Amino acid sequence: MLEIHNLHKSYPIGESSLHVLKGIDLKVDQGEMVAIMGSSGSGKSTLLNIIGMLDEADSGEYILDGLPIKNLTEKKAAVYRNKFLGFIFQSFNLINYKNALENVALPLYYQGMKRKERNELAMFHLEKVGLANWAHHLPKELSGGQNQRVAIARALAANPKLLLADEPTGALDSKTSHEIMEFIQQLNDEGKTILMVTHEEDIANMCKRIVRLRDGVIVEDKFVEQVRLKQQYV
Amino acid sequence: MFRFLIDRDTWQEVFDSFSKNKLRSILTMVGVWWGILLLIGLLGSARGLENSFNRLFGDFATNSVFVWGQSTSKPFKGFQEGKQVNLTLSDAKKVEENVVGIEFVLPRSQQSTSVTKNFLSGNFQMAGDYPLLDKLQKKKLISGRFINQNDIEGKKKIAIISEDTYKQLFEKDHDPIGEYIEINGINFKVVGMFETGNMNMGPSTDIHIPFTTFQQIYNRGDRIGWMMITGKPEYDIKQIEEDAKLLLKNLNNIHPDDTQAFGSFNLGKEFKKVTGFLTGMQFLTWFVGIATLIAGVFAIGNILLITVKERTKEIGVRRALGATPFEIKRQIVVEAVFLTLVAGVFGIITGGWILIALDHFFGQGPSAAIVNASVSIAVVFVALIILVVLGTLIGLIPAFKATSIKPIEALREE
Repeated sequence: MLEIHNLHKSYPIGESSLHVLKGIDLKVDQGEMVAIMGSSGSGKSTLLNIIGMLDEADSGEYILDGLPIKNLTEKKAAVYRNKFLGFIFQSFNLINYKNALENVALPLYYQGMKRKERNELAMFHLEKVGLANWAHHLPKELSGGQNQRVAIARALAANPKLLLADEPTGALDSKTSHEIMEFIQQLNDEGKTILMVTHEEDIANMCKRIVRLRDGVIVEDKFVEQVRLKQQYV
Repeated sequence: MFRFLIDRDTWQEVFDSFSKNKLRSILTMVGVWWGILLLIGLLGSARGLENSFNRLFGDFATNSVFVWGQSTSKPFKGFQEGKQVNLTLSDAKKVEENVVGIEFVLPRSQQSTSVTKNFLSGNFQMAGDYPLLDKLQKKKLISGRFINQNDIEGKKKIAIISEDTYKQLFEKDHDPIGEYIEINGINFKVVGMFETGNMNMGPSTDIHIPFTTFQQIYNRGDRIGWMMITGKPEYDIKQIEEDAKLLLKNLNNIHPDDTQAFGSFNLGKEFKKVTGFLTGMQFLTWFVGIATLIAGVFAIGNILLITVKERTKEIGVRRALGATPFEIKRQIVVEAVFLTLVAGVFGIITGGWILIALDHFFGQGPSAAIVNASVSIAVVFVALIILVVLGTLIGLIPAFKATSIKPIEALREE
């Protein structure tokens, strides 16, 4: 599914440069649910951004679903992001003047899907996250948990191969966090590959595998006993 | 390539971002609206002035010069200075035959005289004229006819009087045609009446009688009052004036450098000044209008730049979701063009209203200062094309700004 070999990345800071990733090797298979952990500055977000094609590595290899990701033009990166990846952000990043349905339909719009089909599909995903009745509400009219569920529906809309979540529960209270995690677990059960960045141990323990980063290198990579949450959505 | 223009989603996006910032968008559009309003209003008014000017002068041969005799200021060929100069019919004929570019030469004579009708009388300006006058200075006849060739040959005692003269000499509602009036003790039959209040070139005339009759009753022989020289449209009337004067000096034994011997009024020259002024005004209008437009469009570009800055994160999200840089740019340019066009169309409409109001208040009646103030459809199209082009160009600046930031940096922005 995902293979990374000897990945390096550094950011220039004035005259010198900051070496953020110092040779990362990672292999994730179909259907895995991986938590990337590490203190701030460990390079976990940078790694996620490179995997998400939002950023580019200086050197190393990155192969997504058999496709080498290298020297992409902005246009090609946009197409790949749309086709292969679903993003879930800590601050949801919904477009505030669009309602839930329109937000979910946005990736489909960029795929060039017709309006009717697009809205039907978006509605289907909203139903899946239990927000069909809120389809025509603006983000500001929804709670944090509801907004994150809209964001998840949006990430799922284009049926991506890989879901990337950057601190998906960072802005939520623990009850809502558990609801969201439960939902993500359910998506994983359905076969979606999930990669999430978090610094919370309990959230990480709800995944199947934990990768720990420190100072730009992987210091630990282990499979864990997944903490299951009760099934609430069917 | 332009399919997106008929795509409902494109416009949905435009309206979304518009309604998100209604007040700001509207304030932005004021600049362009004002520019177009100014352009349409001023161009229309300039056209109205030109129209009224043309209506005023339309009935005159404007490429004309009037020449009359005065007295000499230089001795020449044995004649002392101060000699009275009299133009004659043969002078007029020679000018017509010899000066290049002449269309007509029309001799005229005029005299102040007392006129009596029954118990009413008054003093009037009376001129002896040829039928040609009606061609060079169109007389707006209320009833009857103007002088014809028959009148000239037969030295007929007929008169064409102005409406004002009629009012002074006749009872109200009394038809003057066919009636007789007494001029200098001689009875003249009134055969026509013309509108007064028209603009007059040269001295104003109340009564026209046949030239030959005039010469006879005042015993003028060949001497004429002045001649009206009309040049062909393609010839310079100033040159014609100089040539004619030189020829007349030769014919009348006057020193070639004598500037006082002949008086003249060059209508063509004066006319050119006014038309030059009108052209200048139109140029100024375009200049001011377009400059205001450019300023307005720049304001739109400026606001879009701010909007793009505010929407950096949104743009980052869109790119994470698969929007290509081209799609982002296109959207911003469409917004810019849309704002300019909407503002422009409003400007054209309100400009039209202003022209309607101008027409209503100043454009009515025969002496209107502004006649049919309007702009042609071509001008409107040119203005719209300018708007689209400027809108596109100015939209490109925020568009490139929007995609110059990497999506990762855009997302990181809080």
